[in-house]
Amino acid sequence: MALKTESFALNIGPLHPSTHGVFRMRAVLDGEVIANMEPVFGYLHRGIEKLAEERTYTGVIPLTDRLDYLASMSNNLAYVLAVEKLAEISAPERATYLRVILAELQRIASHLIAVGAFVNDCGAFFTPFLYMFREREKILDLFEMLSGQRLLYNYMRIGGFNQDIPDEFLPALQKFVSQMPGFIDEYDRLLAENEILLARTKGVGILPQDLAVNISASGPVLRASGVKWDIRKADPYCGYDRFEFDIPTGTAGDCYDRYRVRIEEMRQSLRIIEQAMKQLPSGAVKSTVPYLVRPPAGEAYAHIEAPKGELGFYLVSDNSIAPYRCHIRAPSLINLTALRDMTVGWKVADLIVIFGSIDITMGEVDR
Amino acid sequence: MTLALSGDEIAATLGGHFPGSVIEASKSHLLVKSESLFDIASYLKTAPGLDFDFLCNITAVDCFDYFEIVYQFTSLKHNHGLVVKARCHDRSNPVLPSLVSLWRGADLQEREIYDLMGITFQGHPNLKRIFLWEDFDGHPLRKDYL
Amino acid sequence: MVLNPGLGMEYHWQALPPDWPGNFWWHWLAFSVIILAFVLGLVMGFIWLERRGIGRFQIRLGPNRTGPFGLLQPIADAVKVLLKENIVPAAADKIVHWLAPLVAFVPTLMIFAVVPFQDGALLADLNVGVLYIVAISSISTVGIFMAGWSSSNKYSLLAAMRDVATVVSYEIPVVLSLAGVVLLAGSLSLNQIVMAQDIPFILLQPLAFLLFFIAASAEINRTPFDLLEADSELVAGFHIEYSGMKFALFYLTEYAEALAVSAIIATLFLGGWRGPVLPPWLWFVGKVVAVFSVMFWIRSTLPRVRIDQLMALAWKFLLPLALINLVVTAVQVLAWPEASLWAMVPVNVAIMAALVVTWSRLLKLGGGRVEV
Repeated sequence: MALKTESFALNIGPLHPSTHGVFRMRAVLDGEVIANMEPVFGYLHRGIEKLAEERTYTGVIPLTDRLDYLASMSNNLAYVLAVEKLAEISAPERATYLRVILAELQRIASHLIAVGAFVNDCGAFFTPFLYMFREREKILDLFEMLSGQRLLYNYMRIGGFNQDIPDEFLPALQKFVSQMPGFIDEYDRLLAENEILLARTKGVGILPQDLAVNISASGPVLRASGVKWDIRKADPYCGYDRFEFDIPTGTAGDCYDRYRVRIEEMRQSLRIIEQAMKQLPSGAVKSTVPYLVRPPAGEAYAHIEAPKGELGFYLVSDNSIAPYRCHIRAPSLINLTALRDMTVGWKVADLIVIFGSIDITMGEVDR
Repeated sequence: MTLALSGDEIAATLGGHFPGSVIEASKSHLLVKSESLFDIASYLKTAPGLDFDFLCNITAVDCFDYFEIVYQFTSLKHNHGLVVKARCHDRSNPVLPSLVSLWRGADLQEREIYDLMGITFQGHPNLKRIFLWEDFDGHPLRKDYL
Repeated sequence: MVLNPGLGMEYHWQALPPDWPGNFWWHWLAFSVIILAFVLGLVMGFIWLERRGIGRFQIRLGPNRTGPFGLLQPIADAVKVLLKENIVPAAADKIVHWLAPLVAFVPTLMIFAVVPFQDGALLADLNVGVLYIVAISSISTVGIFMAGWSSSNKYSLLAAMRDVATVVSYEIPVVLSLAGVVLLAGSLSLNQIVMAQDIPFILLQPLAFLLFFIAASAEINRTPFDLLEADSELVAGFHIEYSGMKFALFYLTEYAEALAVSAIIATLFLGGWRGPVLPPWLWFVGKVVAVFSVMFWIRSTLPRVRIDQLMALAWKFLLPLALINLVVTAVQVLAWPEASLWAMVPVNVAIMAALVVTWSRLLKLGGGRVEV
């Protein structure tokens, strides 16, 4: 006699502790197993692309802060690079190096949250999360020293920075850079060989290499699937070709690989910061840029390797003081394309883990 | 450095395979007829030497007279990129072929353009609004939306 | 082993009411009050200890504003939660929803009836004490299932299903690992088991201790087995739709269960109230707190297992090892009744180490994707 069963729909989110914001997944469950899953977007849509059309080029920078609010510096960087490409402005050498330092610091801060929240999604009771927050706090202190802000920095400007770094910054950064490898080792001691974490993440939520490329995944999600593609190497900006670093890749493309890739990327970021600090030239941090930037009519696309993946800005100018069109290529959104493929057939608990391993920020997904 | 392929050279190659499909070619981009967009895209994806396996970005620009849809293809294998554009002149019902069957990465991006710019992608498996709710009136990124 | 010369043949110890005025009823009243005070007091202590302790584990302070060292924090929490509005979902099965916290809490409280605080100081020295504990502790599950079912919430229903699956599976290793202890002590009465522990049974039965600790943690849903609360998946699980007093009862149940398991472990494996110098009841409380500290240490360290891994652990790891442990203990008790107890300690520790290592090599936790 066959047991009569019935699948049921479960709304995960938009208000749920593990959706990293206001994401919603409409899951159809067959017992504990996900039979179907549909992501629902848009709960944090603020129309930033439309708002950007009504602001001056400089005035858009605060809006970019609010995209991936865990990596504001990276957003600033991608946007100012796009404007600089459009208006054919180049930033001074010192500003370029500083941008590298800040972008890599921001990557560490963002990966710390990503890994911490991911382990939390696996069910750890906040301990790894708070360990990682301790180091993120130090990075935020560094950023506060520069910009007076702890989350939405609004520090980069078209053609450089609005002000030079204070004298205390470099010694503080040096201290952080020398301490941080020890802390990363500490996370590894707690997590890397943890039997339960391995059981929960190894082989779970596999994103095969061909699918990862096909869905335009980028960042750690793509690299965990074994594709050695990093815009810092493939299409260097800000003089990344001057630094020595490796691209960590995974092999299986499962949740564990995505977690490992992030940890290894933090170590590589520290290497880059150390080199950039050694080579940091003196001089101005801002080139001469008119108060209202008026780029010639045309278009430009600039992309950077943001912590979540390839963050690109596509700007169209009509020679006015505001962008005619400002499109944001949001890695968080595009990485979610294969969420259904990765989760169907796994259990509810795995859905949360897989979703956490992709590492998204709702501000960037919904814009 | 990702090599930005010149639209002129690709246009010359494409001219043989798809005569009359290229409207305009310049160093920076390639403007193709919207009817032949799908064929050209599938050719670009598989043609040896091109291998555009990665659809980096899709966006649409409202130019009043027409909508310009910009595709940025990248080849992870050869590390080069190409910008392909297509135009929709019909404001009331702009239609383009969907590229989801070639690159699934187009899925959410095409839905986003459909939602905010109002361009219908034919052949998209799940074309519905993504950020705004279903009965939202208008398409906010259009220049005439106030 | 010389623990139990008669092996129950000439052993006719009975649970007699003590020779108190008013006979049994004064004893009943006094110990009911003691148990209530003990449970409520220690639960509050546990809540404070856990919050402060986990605070330290997580490089933060923990609650430190209410009273010295934040000692009054559990009281402030209790007052807050009791004064909250009682919300019942419109679609809830009202009566079941109302009954569930009671059904969950009362059996937990009843466990303490047979736990000796010191020699003979217990509500009822049942000669089937261990059996009574195993039987009564399962009833809480009914309360939790009622809560999950009656809330008419899919999250809580999932949690309730998980809980039933967990308890049904983990009852077996719990009982089997306790059987080893019972074999050694030759009695089911907890007081007698304590009396028999000239060497704490954790040394004589290390494998049983390990299995019981794991299985009991799973049964009371402590991390890493807290699948039915699973705040990252099921938000709050079965008590998602509870508020106010009823929520407080569930919260109390959770910690009272932890207290009960700590007390059982302290009694059965750590020598209960026995210990030098200090008064027996203090030894008992100290051991209970020590066991609980290990529990929240684990809680603050480990991630959570998945439901199929939880089941696999019960059936593929705990059950076979518990069976082997039972057989080994039985052979030891019957074959070498005269063997020195201290000589058995290294033997049993070695057996445990060998078994655990081999079995964990063999065990593969968790399956993969299910085709749907």
